Amino acid sequence: MTAPLLDVRNLSVRFATEGGPVTAVQDVSFTVAAGEIVSVVGESGSGKSLSLLSVLGLHDPRNTTVGGAVTFRGQSLLDLPARQMRALRGRDIAFISQDPMTALTPVYSIGDQITEQIRAHEAVSAKAARARAVQLLADVGIFAPADTAKRYPHQLSGGMRQRAVIAMAVSCNPALLIADEPTTALDTTVQAQVLDLLRKLRTDFGSAIVLITHDMGVVAEMADKVVVMYAGRVVESGPAAAVFNDPLHPYTWGLLGSIPPLTGARPRRLPSIPGAPPMVGRVPAGCAFAPRCPARMPICSTEPPRIGTADHLALCHLSAEQRITARPPALVPA
Amino acid sequence: MIATILQRLIQMAFVMFGISVLVFLIFFATPGSDPAARIAGRNAAPETVAQIRHDFGFDRPLPVQYALLMKRLFITRDLTSFVNRGQKVIPQVLDAMPATLSLVIGAAVLWVIGGIAVGLTAAAMRDSWVDRGLMIVALIGISMPVFWLGEVMNLLSQSRFHDTWLFSWVPGLGYVPLTEDPVGWAKALVIPWLTLAVLYIGIYARVLRANVIEAYSEDFIRTARAKGLSEGRVLIRHAFRTSLLPFVTMFGLDFGALVGGAALLTEVVFGINGVGRLTYQSLQNLDLPVILATVMYASFFVVAANAVVDLLYAAIDPRMRA
Amino acid sequence: MTDAAPASSEMPAAVPENKDGRGPWATALRRLRRSRAAIVSALILALIVLACALAPLYAGLAGSDPFRSNLGGKIMVEGKRVPVMQPSTTGLGLGVTPIGPTWGTAYMLGADTQGRDVAARLLYGGRNSLFIAASATAICLVLAAFVGIVAGFAGGVVDMVLSRILDVLWAFPVYLLAISLSIVLLNSSFTLGPVTITSGSLILPIGIIGVIYVPYVARPVRSKVLTLRQSEFVLASIGLGMPVSRILTRDILPNVIPTLIVFVPILLALSIVTESALSFLSIGVQPPDASWGTIIQDGQSLLYSRPTVALAPGIAIVLTVLALNVLGDCLRDALDPRFKLG
Repeated sequence: MTAPLLDVRNLSVRFATEGGPVTAVQDVSFTVAAGEIVSVVGESGSGKSLSLLSVLGLHDPRNTTVGGAVTFRGQSLLDLPARQMRALRGRDIAFISQDPMTALTPVYSIGDQITEQIRAHEAVSAKAARARAVQLLADVGIFAPADTAKRYPHQLSGGMRQRAVIAMAVSCNPALLIADEPTTALDTTVQAQVLDLLRKLRTDFGSAIVLITHDMGVVAEMADKVVVMYAGRVVESGPAAAVFNDPLHPYTWGLLGSIPPLTGARPRRLPSIPGAPPMVGRVPAGCAFAPRCPARMPICSTEPPRIGTADHLALCHLSAEQRITARPPALVPA
Repeated sequence: MIATILQRLIQMAFVMFGISVLVFLIFFATPGSDPAARIAGRNAAPETVAQIRHDFGFDRPLPVQYALLMKRLFITRDLTSFVNRGQKVIPQVLDAMPATLSLVIGAAVLWVIGGIAVGLTAAAMRDSWVDRGLMIVALIGISMPVFWLGEVMNLLSQSRFHDTWLFSWVPGLGYVPLTEDPVGWAKALVIPWLTLAVLYIGIYARVLRANVIEAYSEDFIRTARAKGLSEGRVLIRHAFRTSLLPFVTMFGLDFGALVGGAALLTEVVFGINGVGRLTYQSLQNLDLPVILATVMYASFFVVAANAVVDLLYAAIDPRMRA
Repeated sequence: MTDAAPASSEMPAAVPENKDGRGPWATALRRLRRSRAAIVSALILALIVLACALAPLYAGLAGSDPFRSNLGGKIMVEGKRVPVMQPSTTGLGLGVTPIGPTWGTAYMLGADTQGRDVAARLLYGGRNSLFIAASATAICLVLAAFVGIVAGFAGGVVDMVLSRILDVLWAFPVYLLAISLSIVLLNSSFTLGPVTITSGSLILPIGIIGVIYVPYVARPVRSKVLTLRQSEFVLASIGLGMPVSRILTRDILPNVIPTLIVFVPILLALSIVTESALSFLSIGVQPPDASWGTIIQDGQSLLYSRPTVALAPGIAIVLTVLALNVLGDCLRDALDPRFKLG
C-alpha cells in the first residue's frame, strides 16, 4: 500500500482561555490518499475546522498548542520551519475557507489576488500570471473571466465569489485541497455546482480533497472516506460505503437519521439528537457523547475503546449484539 | 458625480454659514456688554465708538448687522483691523499662511512616517516588549500638553543644552521665510516640527495598531496566509491596506484643522508668525475684524478637509464606489 | 429506548447549562482587577487626588500662604535664614530671582515670581484642575447623552436639526471655540435671567469645556441609539405600546451607559489638557485662583532660570493624563465582549 498523502496521528489542539487551558481537539487520526475525497463531518464546535487549520499551521501560535504527528508526503508538518511551511501553503496544500463573503481582501481585484498567489510561488511575469488567472476563472465556470478578473469581491455574487476562491486555491495545482464548509453559505443550486466543480478538480488534476461539512447529504454525494467528529474526537471513521451501510456509532446514527428520506412513508417528525454538544473545556469524563446517547449504559462513564476493523473504526462501548439491537432499523438499507 | 460634488458644496456652504452665525452671536450678541466698544478696541474715543455703532448698524436689528458684516468681509473686502488701524484684514491672514503651512506640512510628514512605522511595528510584534514599549512611548506622547512640551524643548535647545553639539545649531525663536533662507527656514522649524509631531505620532500609531490588529482577525488574512504569502506581505498589503481608511480620514481632518490655525499653541510658544498666532493675538486684543477673518478661514479649512476626505473614501476603498 | 440500555439515574439527561453566565459588568470588573496596568494607574490617580485634596494640610506644614505675595519673606534652609527672592543678575532681570527648589518641607520646589511656594500652589492648583475636569466631564456626558438619545431616538426632523447643530459646533475648531467663548465671557459678566456669572468664576471654564466636547460624545451615542432603536427588543417594546419614557429608561439608557463610561477617562484627560491650555493663555482660570495651567504660565518668565516652576505642573499633568489614558484603555478592553487572552 502506498504511503498516504496526508497522515494525521493523534492530533491534539489546546488553547488558553480566561478560565485556563482547554483541550479542543483530542487524539484525532485519519489519512488522506492521493486523489481521495475525505469528508470530515460534525456539528459546529466539534473541532473539525480547528483540526485542519492546525494541520496547516494557521492557528494562533500565541495561545494554541498543537500536539501529535502530521506528515505530508512523508514530511513532518508540525515542526516545519515557517519558511518551508509557507512554501507548502498555497502550492502543495490549499485552503478554502467557509465564507466567500469575507474570504477575499476587499480592496484588491479578483485578478490581482489570484496573480499574487501565483507569483508568490512561481517565478512568472505579471502578464503571464494574469493570463493564467483569467484561464483559471474560466476553468471554474465563470462567464466573462477577463472582466471578472478586474472586479472587486463585493461586486460578485456568493456563488461566483466561491468559484473565484476555488480558482485561487488551485492556481498552483496543489496535491491536497482543504475545503472548510465550501457550500454552507450558498444556495442549494449553487451548492450543487460547487460540488461538481470540486469533483472535477479531482478528476482533472488528481487533487485530494478534505471536505469539512456538517451536511450528511454532501458527504453521501462526495466522499470516498468519512471521518465523524464529536466534541473534538473522532468517533467514527471509514470508507463512505461502510459508514453509510453499517454505521457503528450512535452519533452517526443520529446524523444519518436527520437526513429527510426521499422514499418510503413521510415521517411525522424528523428525528433529531436531543441536547446540545458540550462546550469546549466542559467535555464530560468518559464518552463525550454519552449524555445524549440513546444507547448509553453505566459503563459509558469510562473512556470508550476503539472498536471495529482497521479500515472502519468507532469509539464506542457497544458490543456488536448491543449495537444491532440499539440501532434504528430504518438506517440500515435492507 | 457632479450631483455629489454639488451636494457637498451646498453642505459646506451651510456649515460655513452656521459658523459665521455662531461667531457673530458670540462676539456681538452675548448679553452684558457693548459690541461697538469691543470693536473699537481699548482707548477709543467716544466719537469712534459712535461711528462704529453707525457703520456696523448696531442700532439695526441683528440679522441686518450680520448681513453688513458679511458684506464687508467677503464682498467689499475692505474690512480693516481696529488695532493696527488701517491694515486690511484679509491680506494679513494671507501673509501669515506660509508660516503655518511650513510648520504643519513639515510636522505632517514626520507624523505620518512616524505613526506608520511605530503603528505597524507594534502591530506586527503584538504583545512583545517592543510593542508594549512603543505603545507606552506613544501614550506619553499623547499625555504631554503640546505647549508644555514646546516650553521644555525651548528650555533644552535654547538654554540648557544650547552650547552643546546637540542644539548649538538651533536659532532663536521665530520664523524664517523659505524664500529668504532655506537652510535657516529648516533650522528654525526642526524643533517645532518635532514638538507638534510627537503628539500626533502617538495618536496615529495607536489608532493604526488597533485597526491593523482588528484586521488581523478577519477571514481574508487567514486566506492570505493560506496562500503562502510572507508575513510582511500579509501585514502591509492586506492588513495595513484595509486599515487605511480611518487613518486617512483622521489625517485629513487633523491636517485641515492645523492648517486652519489649530496649531496656535505651538506657534505662540515658538514665536512663529502663522495664522494660529495671528488668531490668538487678535483674540487677546479683541480685534474683531481679524478674529472674524481668521475664524472663517479656519472653519473653511476644516470643512474643506471634511469634503476632501469624503471624496478620498471612494479612491481608497472600492466598496465605497457605488 | 431499548431494553438493552436502561436510563441510568447517574447520567444527566442532557449536558448541564453553562453556569458561568456572569453579566458583562461582573466580567469587566474581574478583568480590571486582574490587569496590573489598571491597578497601577488607578493607584497613581488616587494618590494625585489625595495629595491635592490635602493641599491645606501641606500648606500648613510648609508654613506659607500660597496665595499671598511673599516677596520680602525669608525661610529656613538647612538651618540658615535665606530670603525668598535672591539677588542675582539673571532671571527676572530685576536684580532678584526666586529661590530654587530646596527639596525640604518649605518651598520644596522653589518660589515663583511672587515669592509664593510652588509646591503648595501645585497642590491647590491641582484641586482646581481636577475639579474643573470632573465637572466639565459630568456636564458633557449629561448633555451629550441627552442630545444623542433624543436625536437617535426621535429621528426625522429633530435628528436632522440636532445633527446639523452638532456638525457646525464640531466644525468650529475646538480650541478656537473655547478661546472665543472664554475671551468674550471673561471680559463681561454673563447674565442669563436671574443668574449672573462673574468673570472670575470657575463655572466659566467648566461650562465651556463641558459644552465644546459634546459633539465628540453625542455622535457615538446617537449612532448607538440608532442601532438600538432597530434592535428587536426595542421594536418589541414599541409594538407592545410601552410609553416612550419607559422605553428610554429601560431599554435605551442601560445600553448607552457602557458607551458613556468608556468616555469618562478620555474626557477627563481632554478636559485637563484643555483647561491647562486655556489657563496657559490666561483665559482659563483667573488669578487669584491657580491651576496647573496658570502655574505653567507663571513659570514662563522663569523658564531658563528656575525651570522647576514650569516643569512641575507639566509633569503633574502628564502623570495624571497618562494614568487616565491607561485606565481608559484597560476599561475599553475590559468591556469588550471579544476580549482575547495573550
